[in-house]
Amino acid sequence: MKRIITAAVQNRSGVLNRITGMLSKRAFNIESISVGTSETEGISKMTFVVEISDSQKLEQLTKQLNKQIDVLKVSDITDKAMVARELALIKVGSTGQNRAEIQGVIQPFRASVIDVSKDSLIIQVTGKPDKVDALINLLKPYGIKELTRTGVTAFQRGQQPQPVQEVNTLLI
Amino acid sequence: MKVEAKLKEQAAEKTLTTGADVFIRSLVDEDVDTVFGYPGGAVLPIYDALHRAKAPFQHILCRHEQGLIHAAEGYARVTGKPGVVIATSGPGATNLVTGITDAMMDSLPVVIFTGQVATGVIGTDAFQEADVIGITTPITKHNYQVTDVKELPRIVKEAFHIASTGRPGPVVVDIPKNIANEMATGELDKEFYLPGYQPTIKPNPLQIRKLADALSRSKRPLLLSGAGVLFAKASEELKLFAEKYQLPVTTTLLGLGSFPGTNELSLGMAGMHGTYAANMGIYECDLLINIGARFDDRLTGAIKHFAPDAKVAHIDIDPAEIGKNITTNIPVVGDAKEALKALLENEVEVTNHDKWCEKVFSNKSNYPLWYERSNDLISPQWLLEQVYQASKGEAVVTTDVGQHQMWAAQFYQFDRPDRWVTSGGLGTMGFGFPAAIGAQLGKPTELVVSIVGDGGFQMTLQELAVLKQWNLPVKVIIVNNEALGMVRQWQEKFYDERYSETLLSENPDFVKLAESYGIRALKVDNEEDVPALLEDVFSYDGPVVVDCRVVKKDCVYPMVAPGTGNHEMIGVTKTK
Repeated sequence: MKRIITAAVQNRSGVLNRITGMLSKRAFNIESISVGTSETEGISKMTFVVEISDSQKLEQLTKQLNKQIDVLKVSDITDKAMVARELALIKVGSTGQNRAEIQGVIQPFRASVIDVSKDSLIIQVTGKPDKVDALINLLKPYGIKELTRTGVTAFQRGQQPQPVQEVNTLLI
Repeated sequence: MKVEAKLKEQAAEKTLTTGADVFIRSLVDEDVDTVFGYPGGAVLPIYDALHRAKAPFQHILCRHEQGLIHAAEGYARVTGKPGVVIATSGPGATNLVTGITDAMMDSLPVVIFTGQVATGVIGTDAFQEADVIGITTPITKHNYQVTDVKELPRIVKEAFHIASTGRPGPVVVDIPKNIANEMATGELDKEFYLPGYQPTIKPNPLQIRKLADALSRSKRPLLLSGAGVLFAKASEELKLFAEKYQLPVTTTLLGLGSFPGTNELSLGMAGMHGTYAANMGIYECDLLINIGARFDDRLTGAIKHFAPDAKVAHIDIDPAEIGKNITTNIPVVGDAKEALKALLENEVEVTNHDKWCEKVFSNKSNYPLWYERSNDLISPQWLLEQVYQASKGEAVVTTDVGQHQMWAAQFYQFDRPDRWVTSGGLGTMGFGFPAAIGAQLGKPTELVVSIVGDGGFQMTLQELAVLKQWNLPVKVIIVNNEALGMVRQWQEKFYDERYSETLLSENPDFVKLAESYGIRALKVDNEEDVPALLEDVFSYDGPVVVDCRVVKKDCVYPMVAPGTGNHEMIGVTKTK
């Protein structure tokens, strides 16, 4: 199963290395990881997408993350009301003739063309990973020259259908 | 005149306050009395500051960095205080890696300070540069590189705090040479700040009640005691709890001594070379209360056969250990002492479990540990029994890894906590002898016996120089079978006796070797001579090395073969 886990961490040197090292040492499979600053100075927010076989392993993952000294808070938000977005940049081969056609393809995805050259276009798309996947599949026939994705970053929605249960409280 | 002198002194002190001085003072502030260290280029400023400070603590110069770290582990294990290590950059630091990993696996509080090349050249493959932070991140509880002299006191404080609280573990602090040299003129950063580190000490009362309820319903309860009980200093509470409800107790290898081995409720050690009574107890119980053990694979055997009918309760200060290997029904996060105290406060109406006790204790008397006596060389198990008797069960015992370790665990009964120093999780050869140095320094008035194999002893025997230098009265008992015994045993049992590279035909003359270090040494190859010899050795005021020639092809029994369950032990014999 795929899980989305967020962690607030102290922005100290080596913290990313520490966490990815732990994940590889304990044989967890990370699909994507994104890191950036948060609303509080000195605290970064990490979002992991992990492929995990069972709930016991999932529990281990959150516990091992929590155990890191620099990690302040871990939440598994997969089952929460949340917004998860990623950004992808896709360079497709394009001659003058099919440019309009590509525009037509990307429009329903609310993607935009951010660079044009003689024989290529760069398309920027943001959204849920499956939306990005769908657009990539549609663009494949035009020849994808380069592709990069940021990985998911995610938030819980302001309003939750039920009270949020922190991972920490599950342990006690 | 007096005032003038004082002012002069103060001025001198001021000018000499470098990062290294701040560092030494920080160690003194942590009440450090012993440091295991080895100088080198990158720690020259630190050693100069140590010289200036005029021996604020004793500095033990081991002869290899591996000796430093194992000695610090031994010191930490018997005193409960963090062991402190100083090593230089590059090779000094990398030589510590095995011991740091060992401390991590066995949760020993050790604080390690490594020198580093100057910050300006970090990342340029400078002379004696190694990425200590990168190397030690997966094998430490936490690590730091100091980047500003003003944060040095805070980091030292945090390092000691992290190493010695919660689930203890090693912490590395990497100090670049220029930071140690820098003048610490400004305001220093002293208060520590660790918002992400708050170990749960007091257990949740709800979980304690659940555990008490489970105990009240249990017909076949069993306690499993691990090293967590030792770290929490909870042996007294454990004994009260076990005796209050007449609960049989088994311990892990590292938990030996957490419950008195000679107590009638003790089943001895469980696991691969544990007793039949302990392993069958685990197999047949309906409630297993694990206090401070981590369900290591050498304890559990094949997981599908581990406590198949039992409700599992697990008390651990590290939440990540709960449910890691064994599905746990009643998790209790907290300190073992606090949890046991809380359990003792709950009055539990227990179900009558006399029948169960009768069964486990009849297993204990019917299927004891056994061995065959040799009529040629010394039987190693018998030798360990003799060591136990000659030291009246009062010694601090350190071991290496292998057959002698298992025999010591089986035949030396530990009645008191913190007297058993062994490498459990990592299984590090070369651990036992330097650990004995640390243990002796930590408990200077106690008899410290280091039981080592002829293989492992050769990995760290250069530390004999330290025994001589400090006249530490450690007694080294070499259980010499001229083989890497445990590996040889597995080759015998599981590889059709193909003894590939496990027979040590070219051992040194250990007596001459020890004598060359100026240490008294004896050799014994006859059982008749053993009792008198041990008595002489244990009453001798000074270090002694004894080369004991034991039966070469003896095996450790009973045994849970790899991949099998604890109830499928081999080498179990019923008393006639």
